[in-house]
Amino acid sequence: MLAYIGRRFVLAIFTVWAISVLSFVIIQLPPGDYVSSYIAQMASMGSVVSDEEAQALRIQYGLGQPVYVQYFKWMKQVVVGNFGMSMEWKRPVTEVIGARLWMTVLISVSALILTWALALPIGIYSAVRQYSFGDYLATFIGFIGLAVPNFLLALVILYFGFVLFNAHVGGLFSPELQDAEWSAAKVWDLAKHLPIPALILGLAGTAQQIRIMRANLLDELRKPYVVTARSKGLSESRVVLKYPVRVALNPFASTIGYTLPYIVSGSIIVSLVLGLPTVGPLLLKALIAQDMFLAGTIVLLLGVMTVIGTLISDILLVWIDPRIRLEDT
Amino acid sequence: MAVAAATLDSQRIFVASQWQLMWWRFRKHKLAVASGLVVAGFYLVVLGADFLAYADPDVSEAQRSLMPPQRVHWFDGWRFAPYVHGFKGARDPLTFKRVYVPDPAVKVPVRFFAEGFEYRFLGLIPMNRHLIGVDGDATKTIFLLGTDVQGRDLWSRLMYGTRISLTIGLLGVTASLVLGVVLGGISGFYGGVLDTVIQRVIEILRSIPTIPLWMGLAAALPREWTVLQVYFAITIIISLLGWTELARVVRGRFLAMREEDFVVSARLVGCTQLRTIFIHMVPSFMSHIIAATTLALPAMIISETALSFLGLGLRPPAISWGVLLQQAQNVQTVAISPWLMLPAIPVIVAVMAFNFLGDGLRDAADPYGR
Repeated sequence: MLAYIGRRFVLAIFTVWAISVLSFVIIQLPPGDYVSSYIAQMASMGSVVSDEEAQALRIQYGLGQPVYVQYFKWMKQVVVGNFGMSMEWKRPVTEVIGARLWMTVLISVSALILTWALALPIGIYSAVRQYSFGDYLATFIGFIGLAVPNFLLALVILYFGFVLFNAHVGGLFSPELQDAEWSAAKVWDLAKHLPIPALILGLAGTAQQIRIMRANLLDELRKPYVVTARSKGLSESRVVLKYPVRVALNPFASTIGYTLPYIVSGSIIVSLVLGLPTVGPLLLKALIAQDMFLAGTIVLLLGVMTVIGTLISDILLVWIDPRIRLEDT
Repeated sequence: MAVAAATLDSQRIFVASQWQLMWWRFRKHKLAVASGLVVAGFYLVVLGADFLAYADPDVSEAQRSLMPPQRVHWFDGWRFAPYVHGFKGARDPLTFKRVYVPDPAVKVPVRFFAEGFEYRFLGLIPMNRHLIGVDGDATKTIFLLGTDVQGRDLWSRLMYGTRISLTIGLLGVTASLVLGVVLGGISGFYGGVLDTVIQRVIEILRSIPTIPLWMGLAAALPREWTVLQVYFAITIIISLLGWTELARVVRGRFLAMREEDFVVSARLVGCTQLRTIFIHMVPSFMSHIIAATTLALPAMIISETALSFLGLGLRPPAISWGVLLQQAQNVQTVAISPWLMLPAIPVIVAVMAFNFLGDGLRDAADPYGR
């Protein structure tokens, strides 16, 4: 078990490293270096960057040295939590991202939980009552969920909210609480706004999970041990829930690793449509303004967050599935 | 009699070729066959976009900005003679919004195979005929799906958008296919350290959220690039992260087949490795590759649409579904002119059709199983 977690951990570290390289590439891609664009930016604002200051910045980021040296210098800054300055906002990147990152985490995790909460019962129902009306309905909704890109779904829901109820369904807070301090009222307001974005983000994943759960459970239900359990006189719900569902749950749990990156990806673009205060709108603005340290940091943090989430789900999986625990490798 | 028929049937199955068996199995999957027809229809639109469009997609006119779709009247009295009513544009005195009122006095007849703007059919044959159109005169116009903010005809733009969106998907999937087959093949055929490395790379790529990465890479494309350069760059960016699933399928097939008798005997009679792979192994899992490719296409189409929707993918004057949907980003605009959301329909239909077709192909790909 420890060996398994250890292996996952090593892989996670490699993934973080790959993400950091890719983020660095994104920071490096636009023409010109950070300092010259910083100076140009400051000049356009009317303030002057002294030569000494520019020189200090160049040394800090190792500009003019080989690319890998620049990468290491950047990493050295990142590890101590210094992600550079956002040119557009004239503030450290950490300050700009701040609470928005936690909102992204909150929305992604809610979407993931909702995915499970919906897919598990619907999947079991679909398998147990195969070819019933409910099964067909679930299959149909599943296909819609897979085929409609989530940003289009967000757009359609926004449109109908606007036309039918004349209400703006976007956002995470009511306007009057937007800038208020945290209070019980604000938390409740957030809880009321959360389900719609979470549902939009989770729908595709839910659709997929329902199909996986249904297929797995159908395979299990045909096995002899189910007949044994039934002939022993167990109640139908016990027969289903006690053994086959537990076995069918395993492939279900192992797909979180792929669902989470998908949800985080989707949250970026859905946030733009719904106007959610996540890092999504910030990333788009940063990319358009070529505010590369901000953009690169967002990509890096999103990636790291996803890796951590995946790692947690892997550990959960070991805990659920004894077969993995007992494997030597 | 029944027994004789059954033996005849099974005899037919015994002598049928692999592809014939696959076709028989595929044919049973009605939804997949219907989806196949839809997909074929989409690619006909790709080929004949300029014929199906009746207005130059780039011609704009402020006088007819945001016109609602016009209703086509199929019968004039009892005679089949489709026409649309003319329209009068006016400003609402209260809201200053431009409103259009159909003018029942003016009938604009819709002509089939009408003359319109010049184009080259399939890029070769100069033509000016279009499926439908109205007689020359600039005051007479038809807008099946309304117009956008700049007064461009949405139907015609949709036809051209279909061309770009579907070819970008096809090119992207081809690029991922090359990467997937080469890397998946190496991984499955040689195994060992190479296999481990490639599998770990795939795992890493799959655990990274893709949209932020795509956005970063796409935003870095130089602003002064031509439409064509951006088009290819976007294709490459999309396929760079999309090959992993294909590689997984190919590796799985190689692993399953490496120890098969015919592969072992091919090796024993002294076939070179290349010959073993391409003459003996690849044809026997070609069908699986085709199925996996079809299933990979929707993701490509959605990626392009998403990027262009954000303004980071294809940029006007290029027309794609995503570029068209960009106009529908703002709820206020959409609430006033809901037809701007229409390009979402082909996206959804295409994605569904490719999914069903791919499912059917995947089931048919292994006709000997079950």
